[in-house]
Amino acid sequence: MALAGALAAACGSNTGRGGGGSGPALSQWYHQYGEPGTQQAVKRYAAAYKKADVTVQWRPGDYDRQTAAALLTDSGPDVFEVNGPLLDQIQGGQVADLTDVVAPVRSDFNQAVLAPKIWQDKIWGIPQTVDTQLLYYRKSLLKDAGVQPPQTVDALVDAAKKLTTSKVKGLFLGNDGGVGVLGGTPLFAAGLSLIGEDGKVGFDDPAAARVLAKIRQLYADKSLLLGAPTDWSDPAAFVQGLTAMQWSGLWALPQIKKALGDDFGVLPFPKDGTGGRPSVPVGAYASAVSARSRHKAAATAFAKWLWVDRTDFQQDFALSYGFHIPARLSLAKQAGQLQDGAAADAVRFATEHGYAEPLLWTTADRNAYQDALSRIIKDGANPESELKAVVRKVDAELQRVKKK
Amino acid sequence: MTKSDHQMRDDTAATLPARLLGPQRRNLWFWVFVGPFAIGLALFTYVPLLWSVYLSFFNAHNTVNPTDFVGLGNYTAMLSDDAFLSSLGTFLLFTAFIVPATYALSLSLALMVNRLRFAQAFFRSVFFLPTACSYVVASLIWKLSIFNGVRFGLANTVLGWFGVDQTAWLSTTSPPWYWLVIVTVRLWLQAGFYMILFLAGLQRISPQLYEAAAMDGARPGWQVFRHITFPQLRATSVAVVLLLVINAFQAFDEFYNLLSDARGYPPYARPPLVYLYYTALGRDQNLGLGSAGAVILALIIAMATVVQARWFGLGRKED
Repeated sequence: MALAGALAAACGSNTGRGGGGSGPALSQWYHQYGEPGTQQAVKRYAAAYKKADVTVQWRPGDYDRQTAAALLTDSGPDVFEVNGPLLDQIQGGQVADLTDVVAPVRSDFNQAVLAPKIWQDKIWGIPQTVDTQLLYYRKSLLKDAGVQPPQTVDALVDAAKKLTTSKVKGLFLGNDGGVGVLGGTPLFAAGLSLIGEDGKVGFDDPAAARVLAKIRQLYADKSLLLGAPTDWSDPAAFVQGLTAMQWSGLWALPQIKKALGDDFGVLPFPKDGTGGRPSVPVGAYASAVSARSRHKAAATAFAKWLWVDRTDFQQDFALSYGFHIPARLSLAKQAGQLQDGAAADAVRFATEHGYAEPLLWTTADRNAYQDALSRIIKDGANPESELKAVVRKVDAELQRVKKK
Repeated sequence: MTKSDHQMRDDTAATLPARLLGPQRRNLWFWVFVGPFAIGLALFTYVPLLWSVYLSFFNAHNTVNPTDFVGLGNYTAMLSDDAFLSSLGTFLLFTAFIVPATYALSLSLALMVNRLRFAQAFFRSVFFLPTACSYVVASLIWKLSIFNGVRFGLANTVLGWFGVDQTAWLSTTSPPWYWLVIVTVRLWLQAGFYMILFLAGLQRISPQLYEAAAMDGARPGWQVFRHITFPQLRATSVAVVLLLVINAFQAFDEFYNLLSDARGYPPYARPPLVYLYYTALGRDQNLGLGSAGAVILALIIAMATVVQARWFGLGRKED
């Protein structure tokens, strides 16, 4: 296989693996996007590249696991999108350095989502599009209940309680009560962070326990919708009237607008306490190049061509199928779909209040924090002692990754 | 084969290749038939198993060729990991409940079906059918239609007729309703299979024993069951309990499909296999730590099996 690949590269011959280009054969991986048309679009982009023969692999199922396993072998992708790259992938030498590729347009990227792609001043992935999450609320239901759109976490707890009836719940944070999706969002709302600027644990503070106790209050009040057929990422529960408010992604906006017209609004996660601020999680899938690729230079050139040079494709990818904010500031400004109504609010929230999970926040940290969050929200465990255990764990994990 | 035959063969075919082939080329044929399986077993079971033991002594994040030797570090980390220890507790609790429950349910089904005068084959098939259903499919039905948390879920609809509030079966930890969902799906899936085993056992009991008991004045019902049926089912019972325990050890499918979501798995009802799956194969890719956990789990299972075999006198001659 390796020999065949090398020969093909040497001759510059078309290997006939689909695609339009000649030159080395590259494979590019995407996870399965739900929106129709995305798959055809990414194949069209790949076919338009002439300097290599790019084959797109569209991979349904557990994408993170598939790439993690494939990167251990020689038969993995050359270019792939990744919900990361994670720190352990970077430190393990699994992804190639893309600093030079991004450098000319570095300032044009949304800095919040670019930051977690940087380790030791090098850039390891090119952000593709920005995804964000918001609080959707049903205007008519809030009006009927005499509730104002909540601007603080306390108001959110009150509103959710007032909006809850025997048929409709006040708020939907996912079937696990918000454990999975909230992550650091309440901590940011309380003016804290996951990992501080100084590289230390960012929530070793009484305010953290206070805000998480309020999320517990939502659960204890029975204001939360639980056990819905679809989870938080799908707007079905909100659209079907199972809940008056729902935390979901920006991607759900077109569907909600189609179903409810103007009867909805969006909010950031409200602030908590005096040091608080509204909180909006943002993140980006990045395009990365495998360090084990046989054609690393060609793969890097392709990634640059698609995710740095071809702004028309980037715009098309972000907005023609799903509903994402382009990762490039110049493109986000041009996008007509993002100029008015709830979409414009959403973009403003993401720009003003957006926070991304830092690179140092590893999977082990997230698991420990989520377990604690689940015990706080569902079992009513003491937030202070639970958080103390998490802080210890995160401290140890920080020691581990900094040692390398 | 006569003695002179042997003599002749030994004399004429004393060369090394011939000796390797064995009489009538038996060795050759042995390897032709056994070889593919042996190679497969070695390649896909023993090599990964030994590799996993090897990995457990290394700091192996995102790699299967680690260089950072940590000795027993992963083992001490795993044994002092609250989440792993609580997963072992979860698993013990689950086994302690599911094994007796399935045993009792399938035995009672078998006793009932066995007494039927008509339509026995029909009921036998009906109770056996769920065995043919996949754990994944059944879990999804349980999660999405029977025990979903909204008002139109089957369980909530039925409870709603009696004016009971809707319950979020899988998300509620106090009381831990999720156990009801997990246990019922497994009972439904496996009770029928063990019922068949018990039926076979019941049909092997000699009618003369019952006749003799009746002559001796044993009352039909509990007394006959206690002194004739149950002791006579001993061999079947041992097999059933062993299989049930092994199945409980392997519990993964219904837990994973009922409780996991895109963002992970809750800290409750998390058996060791699910926990290790997330540690080693999730985004974490901590293969060293995961392997250490797997080795610990394998040792526990091995010990439990040995104890069980001793307890039941497995392998001893039937008396």
